[in-house]
Amino acid sequence: METKNFICINCPLGCPLTVTLDGGKVVSVSGNTCKRGEAYAVKEITAPARTVTSTVRVAGGERPVVAVRTKTDIPKDKIFDCMAVINTVEVPAPVRIGDVLIGNVCGTGVDVVATANNWAVG
Amino acid sequence: MKRKIVIIGGGPAGLAAAAAAVEAGERDVLILERDTHLGGILNQCIHNGFGLHTFKEELTGPEYAARFEARVRELHIEYQLGTMVLSISKDKVVTAVSREHGLFTIEAQAIILAMGCRERSRGALNIPGFRPAGIFSAGTAQRLVNMEGYMPGREVVILGSGDIGLIMARRMTLEGAKVRVVAELQPYSGGLKRNIVQCLDDYGIPLKLSHTVTEIHGKERVTGVTISAVDERLKPIPGTEEFYSCDTLLLSVGLIPENELSTGAGVRLSRTTNGPEVNESLETNIPGIFACGNVLHVHDLVDYVSEEAAAAGRAAAKYVNEGESAGEEKAIRLVPAGGVRYTVPVTVRPAHMPDTLTVRFRVGNIYKNCYLSVYFGENRVVHRKKQVMAPGEMEQITLKKADLQNVDFDTITITTEEN
Repeated sequence: METKNFICINCPLGCPLTVTLDGGKVVSVSGNTCKRGEAYAVKEITAPARTVTSTVRVAGGERPVVAVRTKTDIPKDKIFDCMAVINTVEVPAPVRIGDVLIGNVCGTGVDVVATANNWAVG
Repeated sequence: MKRKIVIIGGGPAGLAAAAAAVEAGERDVLILERDTHLGGILNQCIHNGFGLHTFKEELTGPEYAARFEARVRELHIEYQLGTMVLSISKDKVVTAVSREHGLFTIEAQAIILAMGCRERSRGALNIPGFRPAGIFSAGTAQRLVNMEGYMPGREVVILGSGDIGLIMARRMTLEGAKVRVVAELQPYSGGLKRNIVQCLDDYGIPLKLSHTVTEIHGKERVTGVTISAVDERLKPIPGTEEFYSCDTLLLSVGLIPENELSTGAGVRLSRTTNGPEVNESLETNIPGIFACGNVLHVHDLVDYVSEEAAAAGRAAAKYVNEGESAGEEKAIRLVPAGGVRYTVPVTVRPAHMPDTLTVRFRVGNIYKNCYLSVYFGENRVVHRKKQVMAPGEMEQITLKKADLQNVDFDTITITTEEN
């Protein structure tokens, strides 16, 4: 049996989680305040994932960039691949919250969507 | 011009206060915002983690702001953008200026202060050296990267472990910068634990506690900084100097409520929070002037700003419709003790409080395995075990109206206890 310690990142409570493992398999999770903490601990060991937030260039908009996110979390080891794609894209204004700007980023099955509006000017 | 409720600031606090005031039945509400958009600082906080309490989902800053903006539009609440409030008088005359209307005044029946806070700057830190380019507050860098699409540097050192600094450590890393180190003067981080994990640990960025910048190198542009360890009295220890090359230094060393307008109106400020001292209705010492959000005290979570601001909005609506609460009435004083640095509010008038009242506060140090206690007069009524309390994380307790009727004590003490 081995144990691993994590800080849960689901919410600002930041619960200290202890995961007990047996041969790489999760036996138990303790220290969590809610169910999300348990799910996070298991995922952090088996398939760690993060939501990526960044900006995409906008042509002809009121601002040069618009804020974006991956719609859900993506595998942690794809973060920089995802950023590389995000940084090659430029979209025309207007952009509305929720618009899909990049579909299925890096084959993750997750879209990159706008999280702010950027209206056309001129 | 005469208005019932004027709200100074169209950020998260102002928007939530406006919506709540209208929902409480007062239609004559005007928001004054100096920026060209509503939403305030949320517009540049493009990271996720907002709204878990309010909407039970994880939103980014702009998405969270958009929900409240939509509500403000639904309720047809009037707002003026590009409008800078210059002063507020004791009798609640607001003087403002905008390109559209020039200089103008509004006689308000009630005012809600929702101006937010600003960042502590280098000038407040006393780091010796030249004044080269490349030194930014973390929030300025955040605006440059996230809204202007401009990277302020490539090799970065961050002083201070406030949340904006941690968030910017990750953001700059994602955009290809090398973040060398985050130095924190205190022996603990000023930011949320989750941000240390997902902004520093995820990217292998070291956090040096009990360290500070003792010299900034470079004449035209920053070329590096010297970081030293500090002792228990936070004084640099000679011989511990270490040089870090960098072209950019970000400062994330605290936020200060922006209260120039408040003091001009005669609003009394707390020396601990630098925000107004308020009662249970979030009303300042000037009747009819209310305060909420980061201008009142700096929050970690926008969800709590919204909650607090809504309470201020309801209280302002009640004030303009029912008039000033008359006569001498019982007010119970909230006393912070032990590790508790302050409370918001500072007084509670049981007759005016809602059925349950949230009291928010911060502790001044890290407290592990201790108790959080509440005393009604001399009588301990809450004794709650806490695994850990930290200055970077706001705490709260709830007071019930039913518990405070016809009582003979006039103080409620909130304190930390070892056992």
